[in-house]
Amino acid sequence: MREASMKLALAAALLIAGGTSALAASSEADFKAAYAAAEAANKEAGALRNQWTTTAQVLADAKKAADKGDFDQAVAQSKEAEALAKASIYQAESEKEAWKALEIH
Amino acid sequence: MNVRTAIHFASAAFALAALALGATATAADTIDPVADAKAFQRFFTQKFPKLKPEDFVNGPYSLNEDMHKQWEEKEQFPPYEFALDLGKELFSKPFKNGKSFADCFPNGGIGIRQNYPYFDEKEGKVVTLELALNRCREANGEAPLSYVKDDMAALTAYMAFTSRGKPFDIKIPNDPRALEAYENGKRNFYTRRGQLNFSCASCHVQNPGERIRAEILAPALGILNAMPIYRSEWSGMGTISRRFTTCNSQIRGVPLEPQADEYRDLEYYLSYVSNGLPISGPGARP
Repeated sequence: MREASMKLALAAALLIAGGTSALAASSEADFKAAYAAAEAANKEAGALRNQWTTTAQVLADAKKAADKGDFDQAVAQSKEAEALAKASIYQAESEKEAWKALEIH
Repeated sequence: MNVRTAIHFASAAFALAALALGATATAADTIDPVADAKAFQRFFTQKFPKLKPEDFVNGPYSLNEDMHKQWEEKEQFPPYEFALDLGKELFSKPFKNGKSFADCFPNGGIGIRQNYPYFDEKEGKVVTLELALNRCREANGEAPLSYVKDDMAALTAYMAFTSRGKPFDIKIPNDPRALEAYENGKRNFYTRRGQLNFSCASCHVQNPGERIRAEILAPALGILNAMPIYRSEWSGMGTISRRFTTCNSQIRGVPLEPQADEYRDLEYYLSYVSNGLPISGPGARP
């Protein structure tokens, strides 16, 4: 029982800590780092000839938000763009073999 | 038989089985365009048993009776007619150096659309009609045309018109690079792209005849025979380049540059598997 309540307390503490960091305002440096990571992933997708239009759109939105000084939004959108770019890379890599499943025989 | 002999025997049998499996895998990887085209055409003729092979070149109009009636009406005053007139004019107009498109093509460019794209063994790459037209312009000191705009569509419309009824006759020379281009085209056709995770085949093999929003999807078989097309949705003409790039952006993929190697190979594959079906371009689509 005692152990269970300790675990609960720990989980709550972690949640609060997580919540706090999410609430902390993002800086321009945070945006720059997040945007660079997203751009790098999108560049990799480009090398695989498989960029998504949505990645470009969200990257542009992130930049717009940063220009307005809304770095929380800019960081969130940069992270979303990075996730999209990574998904497009995954798609390109897995399709190297997976396309064969659709072929007419 | 003692235990040792039995083990040797079993491992030999296992090795043989592995070899046989290996051989099957290699056979499946062999590129066989003739067998591909046969299977491709059989797939569509079985899926739409009422259609004659030549009906496939009319895309959705062959799959829906109401649309077929509309199309017959439309063909009285076809919307691509202006493009045809413009194409004929552009085709005949001499370049500044006095030469014209006719000097760049076999048979003066008349009745040859069914032979494009072809594999150029000198370049080691696929050459499409759109590419050949621009190369002709550049070789004669003229600026290349946009691959997706009206003048290119008009020129290819006119050239297709002079080939109407002639069966697609795409050749794959005995050159490993040609086979590779064909195989790349096939892979591009079946590869899922874009955020919507669609391949060309998702719409045009798995779902022809079905609706995607208001449109009826055309079968992949014969889909290029009608190119270029006047699309009511575009309020204008569209080339094969325009069709490929817009397909890519519609599935939320960033299109490649028109006439990228991937698109050239895709056109090669898609035209080859429609060999024997008549050219019907220019076409009109909703």
